[in-house]
Amino acid sequence: MNVTVLTPGREVYAGSIKSIKVPGINGQFEVLKNHAPIVSALRNGEIRILDEKGTKKVFSIEKGFIEVLNNEVSVLVQGVQDA
Amino acid sequence: MANLKEVRERIRSVKSTQQITKAMKMVAAAKLRKAQQAIVSMRPYSQKLNGMLSNILSNLEGDASTSFGEEREVKSAVLVVVTSNRGLCGAFNANIIKSVIAQIDEKYADVRKAGKLDLLFIGKKGYDFFRKRYTDCHIIDDYVNLFSDLSFDNVSKVAKKLMSDFEKGKYDAIDVAYGQFKNAAVQFNIVEQFLPVAKLDTEDKSDSKLKADYIFEPSKERLLNELVPSILQMQFQKFVLDTNASEHGARMTAMDKATENAEELLKELKINYNKARQEAITNEISEIVGGAAALEG
Repeated sequence: MNVTVLTPGREVYAGSIKSIKVPGINGQFEVLKNHAPIVSALRNGEIRILDEKGTKKVFSIEKGFIEVLNNEVSVLVQGVQDA
Repeated sequence: MANLKEVRERIRSVKSTQQITKAMKMVAAAKLRKAQQAIVSMRPYSQKLNGMLSNILSNLEGDASTSFGEEREVKSAVLVVVTSNRGLCGAFNANIIKSVIAQIDEKYADVRKAGKLDLLFIGKKGYDFFRKRYTDCHIIDDYVNLFSDLSFDNVSKVAKKLMSDFEKGKYDAIDVAYGQFKNAAVQFNIVEQFLPVAKLDTEDKSDSKLKADYIFEPSKERLLNELVPSILQMQFQKFVLDTNASEHGARMTAMDKATENAEELLKELKINYNKARQEAITNEISEIVGGAAALEG
């Protein structure tokens, strides 16, 4: 499963991952392999990425959107900070 | 015939001017590359966002209206004029200003007469031009120096303010005049409607691979309401970044032309100089010959 995290100015993260946890507007949820296609708005909070080697990566984000389709995850956020 | 010293002086001054224009061209080229980079790095984000939008629209049945698409009778309006801060970039700013004047006369003459036309300036050149001449319009100068910080956060402040003003009904229409960037030599001066947003096209379902069975969270309508402001902010950012790149492109072309012209002028002056020098030598020789002849006589 591949993910790209984008802000208006740059690409923050790209790579293949095991799972990603995001702060959906209706509550936090996690995306694993073969997740159904989804488009969701995100609110301010943290996204947690677990990459293939099992390393954790955490960003705190300003609101944005996530799209999942065929194991391609795109996260679009307005602002991001390493946390 | 011009005397030698005068021509020499002129050659020197033209040469030093040429050096300046050459340097300015180089600087503009470097800045242009940076400005272009900023536009390019925004592209993946904007493409994805637009993809999401068309995605939602193609899955949406019924009306795709948001509070930003509301068309009202235009009683008050604001024109955002994006120009550069500095001159020496050919007709770039003049062209934008011209299109603003045309737009005001064409579309907002009545609004202006009613005293309900505001002008918001980004960049000094437009501000300097309109401040004195359009005293019947309300001038908003809070953002004149926006170009000193072109980060998304900073620029979207303006966009957010305009959007909330539109929602509150302070303005019924918002137009943006800016320099659209095509390449270093070609810029377009364009007046674009920012708000209300053009009708979202729900009919466009051509892209069938987007028609996956998506889960939308929250509902499609609310998602749309979240998505549209983001897209608008991005659009506004693009206006500003485009103008920035256009400015440097225009300056590069203008300075290149100036350097070329200086070259031409130098050629001409050099011919004049040589003519004057030759004339002086010929005079001297004929004087000497004349003097010798007088002695012999």
